[in-house]
Amino acid sequence: MGKTLSEKVWDEHVVRSAEGEPDLLFIDLHLIHEVTSPQAFDGLRLAGRKVRRPDLTLATEDHNVPTLDWDKPIADPVSKTQVDTLRKNAEEFGVRLHPLGDVEQGIVHVVGPQLGLTQPGMTIVCGDSHTSTHGAFGAIAFGIGTSEVEHVLATQTLMQAKPKTMAVTINGSLPEGVTAKDMVLTLITHTGTGGGQGYIVEYRGQAIEELSMEGRMTVCNMSIEWGAKAGLIAPDQTTFDYIEGKPEAPKGADWDAAVAHWKTLVTDEDAEFDKEIVLDASEMTPFVTWGTNPGQGVPLGGNVPDPESFDDEQDRIGAENALKYMGLEAGMPMRDVHVDTVFVGSCTNGRIEDLRLAAEIIKGHKVADGTRLLVVPGSVRVRMQAETEGLHEVFIEAGAEWRGAGCSMCLGMNPDQLTPGERSASTSNRNFEGRQGKGGRTHLVSVPVAAATAVRGTLSSPADLSELAGAGA
Amino acid sequence: MEKFTTHTGVAAPLKRSNVDTDQIIPAVYLKRVTRTGFEDGLFAAWRNDESFVLNKPEYAAASVLVAGPDFGTGSSREHAVWALQNYGFKVVISSRFADIFRGNSGKAGLLAAQVDEKVVQKIWDHLDDHPGATVTVDLESRTVKAGEGPDAIEDSFDIDDYTRYRLLNGLDDIGITLSSEAEIAAFESKRPSWKPATL
Repeated sequence: MGKTLSEKVWDEHVVRSAEGEPDLLFIDLHLIHEVTSPQAFDGLRLAGRKVRRPDLTLATEDHNVPTLDWDKPIADPVSKTQVDTLRKNAEEFGVRLHPLGDVEQGIVHVVGPQLGLTQPGMTIVCGDSHTSTHGAFGAIAFGIGTSEVEHVLATQTLMQAKPKTMAVTINGSLPEGVTAKDMVLTLITHTGTGGGQGYIVEYRGQAIEELSMEGRMTVCNMSIEWGAKAGLIAPDQTTFDYIEGKPEAPKGADWDAAVAHWKTLVTDEDAEFDKEIVLDASEMTPFVTWGTNPGQGVPLGGNVPDPESFDDEQDRIGAENALKYMGLEAGMPMRDVHVDTVFVGSCTNGRIEDLRLAAEIIKGHKVADGTRLLVVPGSVRVRMQAETEGLHEVFIEAGAEWRGAGCSMCLGMNPDQLTPGERSASTSNRNFEGRQGKGGRTHLVSVPVAAATAVRGTLSSPADLSELAGAGA
Repeated sequence: MEKFTTHTGVAAPLKRSNVDTDQIIPAVYLKRVTRTGFEDGLFAAWRNDESFVLNKPEYAAASVLVAGPDFGTGSSREHAVWALQNYGFKVVISSRFADIFRGNSGKAGLLAAQVDEKVVQKIWDHLDDHPGATVTVDLESRTVKAGEGPDAIEDSFDIDDYTRYRLLNGLDDIGITLSSEAEIAAFESKRPSWKPATL
């Protein structure tokens, strides 16, 4: 029997395998940021250990960094201590760091791919659950805890039990205006937050093949939101074209050798998955969440569901709690939901393609009164590219705030937070209670929905904007 | 890491599903650079509510948390495990744990005991009748026990063999792995030259 893509990549990285023990896997790239690494470096120091492979390690500052006044010292003393600790650790252990102010600084999952460090067939880990993003290149990439960060620093390996395999096949083509984000939100509502647990998922099918690398990263990014260990997509010409010429991409004969290998990274025809899910992209529509986990979503054209409509008792209680927290009534049309803040950014939707799409929709419009729009590029490079293309002018003219690079309001570790009761439409990945600030209410949306919502002040799609123009408003 | 064999302690019912790690400890509490002191952020959003289970005097000394399904979803923050431990929890019982949370628990020495959903309900019912009651979790025999007499609860829980072995013996993962140093070095010597490097 043949192997699936994930089995091929896994097997290529097994250092040691023994009955009754997890496999010892070699890690090709270890990404680090300031929040989940300090205790790991401390552990090394206490044990008198070194970083085994600083040449396979890269650090950046992203979770805590301010997106305003980034050229000044960080105002929050506790955030500053954490960032300073990373700088000290990087220097002491010889790890390459892209600090705030550096041209390569940004969200760790945006930086890896844009440097060309993320390549097919690799194993990539980071103390951050959205490491699954890198699976878009055909890598096995997953988030780890701080104890495991220390383990990788010390040994460049991880002990991992081999997960089961799942195929998510998305047939057909996405309709105009429907994005990778809508696709993955639809999937998560279909599976629930625990549906992927214990699996490495391969996304495949026509709709996946038709996605850009940015779109594929959006889909893989949210693998963790339905509980999957990792999500990946077979590399193809789209992947190779994206990587070629990037600073750390293989060059010359190395490039040819790499591509020859990457082309073998596909699931064999006679391989079997432990589980399969099949969805049809052509039936998908803009999709938004109404609740407090990413599995609580509906089409934008739908209504807030009635908790009584859920068969499962836990789902019903969960929905009741969510509606109470979100301040929503069952039956209310999603399009009637007023939004205070729109956030465009994060490792889910903070890449250049996302900003181009947002600018295209916003151009010629103004942000609605009573609504604010924050546009936060995923990295300094994305910010610079956007400015080269004049996108920042479109945002500023519309009345949006054009910010510096970082995780920002996705999780509110920096000053970009919601206040209690404030409602957001966010292109990020989590609508958990208090995720974007204590008492904040989050609706997860795609970039086009975010942009249109900023203009209308209520959850909207770009199609609603043409109605706005048609009505002479 | 300390060895874990068996634990008996006051059990607190957390009757919620999908308790994500942002609920266990919000991001604003993650800024410490130590492994201690995170108890102040544990379930921060709910602690202001007088009716929250951990604010009830009978659960003041709780060391076993009995939670609904899909506990520990979301962010990879090991701080969630540390916050539970710093507060005094030794065991979390649930019918389903998120993978990363389960892994982090095993590394840090918090026992994540997975039981059937019906067992969670039985323990919750028992605690409703006997607030402040204790639950015993025996890792050697993989059993949870509560109550006495004809209504006593005794059931098995799931944990993978390797994590159980490590917890029972209090073993340090890195030490175990470094005993395979020669195999790691051999693997490294065979990696293709075109694989990327950061330096």
